[in-house]
Amino acid sequence: MVQTKSAGFKAGVQDYRLTYYTPDYTPKDTDLLACFRMTPQPGVPPEECAAAVAAESSTGTWTTVWTDGLTDLDRYKGRCYDVEPVPGEDNQYFCFVAYPLDLFEEGSITNVLTSLVGNVFGFKALRALRLEDIRFPVAFIKTCPGNPHGITVERDLLNKYGRPLLGCTIKPKLGLSAKNYGRAVYECLRGGLDFTKDDENINSQPFMRWRDRFLFVQEAIEKAQAETNEVKGHYLNVTAATCEEMLERAEFAKEIGTPIVMHDFITGGFTANTTLSKWCRKNGLLLHIHRAMHAVIDRQKNHGIHFRVLAKCLRLSGGDHLHSGTVVGKLEGDRAGTLGFVDLMREDYVEEDRSRGVFFTQDYASLPGTMPVASGGIHVWHMPALVEIFGDDSCLQFGGGTLGHPWGNAPGATANRVALEACVQARNEGRSLAREGNDVLREACKWSPELAAACDLWKEIKFEFDTVDTL
Amino acid sequence: MKTLPKEKRYETLSYLPPLSDQQIARQVQFMIEQGFIPGVEFEKDPTPELHHWTLWKLPLFSATNAQDVLNEVRECRSEYSDCYIRVVGFDNIKQCQTVSFIVYKPNQTRY
Repeated sequence: MVQTKSAGFKAGVQDYRLTYYTPDYTPKDTDLLACFRMTPQPGVPPEECAAAVAAESSTGTWTTVWTDGLTDLDRYKGRCYDVEPVPGEDNQYFCFVAYPLDLFEEGSITNVLTSLVGNVFGFKALRALRLEDIRFPVAFIKTCPGNPHGITVERDLLNKYGRPLLGCTIKPKLGLSAKNYGRAVYECLRGGLDFTKDDENINSQPFMRWRDRFLFVQEAIEKAQAETNEVKGHYLNVTAATCEEMLERAEFAKEIGTPIVMHDFITGGFTANTTLSKWCRKNGLLLHIHRAMHAVIDRQKNHGIHFRVLAKCLRLSGGDHLHSGTVVGKLEGDRAGTLGFVDLMREDYVEEDRSRGVFFTQDYASLPGTMPVASGGIHVWHMPALVEIFGDDSCLQFGGGTLGHPWGNAPGATANRVALEACVQARNEGRSLAREGNDVLREACKWSPELAAACDLWKEIKFEFDTVDTL
Repeated sequence: MKTLPKEKRYETLSYLPPLSDQQIARQVQFMIEQGFIPGVEFEKDPTPELHHWTLWKLPLFSATNAQDVLNEVRECRSEYSDCYIRVVGFDNIKQCQTVSFIVYKPNQTRY
């Protein structure tokens, strides 16, 4: 250790673990807790590395500074209170850190993430680092706006109960004119879908400016609603280059009386998202959230941020819908892990359960729930599995599975709606969708020509419950 | 290839063929097993955004089996045969409505 003598201050570099590794510490109810999956560089002891993570994500820097003497580190420092080897992995450790509540600005998810996943992820002593889970203390949650409405209010607004909602992303995602786009929306909605969706990269391009799109889509919604007698909506994407522009689009959406808008929370950023979410609650619009860029952050097992953390952060920042993967479609997701974060999106209180990737018991203190959206490569034959896996409080989105119907969007939508209702009816009657799902669909095909055409086009799938657990 | 005819719908289970009394009873039984409080609502000319249909009597707090609810549906149906009727369910723990499905439509549907 290098030290220079001076009156009252010892400069130099100290082992992090002397200050930041405190295995005897019992976390307080008000502490924000984090679990990191840590891969130290060769030769770095795990406790030192874990202490460095705690230090670099809270009060510490690489060297001692005289201004440390002007504060009370015991009050402000993050503490690593546990390190455990990751089962089945060489040189990986779960490192648990407790952060005092005062380290974070009230209601700022941006601030929490800047601390927890800031500089520390580039730290040299680490080969890789992944934020696996966060336990938000109730004291912090109560300072967050949360979802604009939540699942139960959304259902009340839409008049839709006791079944999953149905949606569809309009394709091709780029290049349609506003009027042609509006027609595709109308056909889907009149066929029986609850929602259609702007794809994430539809913002306001030369081929379709946002205002034109909003107007043609709203006309489509109103016509479909009048004809079907059911409430309809389209996620109008208000994601924009600036917050001012985003809010201008949201204001216009409200002005024309549309029920729901959409935002991309990672590319748009948490600050913009929280702004829009607060606006949505104030102005009575639902908020659908897309998650472009998430796989860049959450896909690697040993580095980045697990999606359950992003989902929890979104619930605090605010969003009534959030994409969650399908478990069964083209984007395969592990079932137990997906259900773990789906619980974290929807439930008010979730118990720690490592088998589902839930590292901490989380009490949301009545923060409204987020509706998971299952989308990507799913078609009618997946319906029984989706109803079984996600239950009623979900939004199932069939893009190709609606628009790819041989008779077009409206019959495609009807096929999905009939399949959905047949599954819900069968489930409520006590039938097992896992075992009898395909029979349920075949029975409905007898009286629904639209469903029969869809079932004929797409291949029957065998639903296997035991997907390999990769947690 | 067929063009989808225009047809009014009434939310959950309205894309199925009209439910028989036995089928209604099974849905109600499920609801009661979930601990939800059943109720019956009717309306002559419901529009999509109409949240409150008229309540038939009160929520059936003391209903213990599907038959109790089915009797009320039948009674409502004979008294208001020109109205749409739906069965609803309330969850007093989550403090919200959780169920609503159509059980009677005065005009015929395609299926």
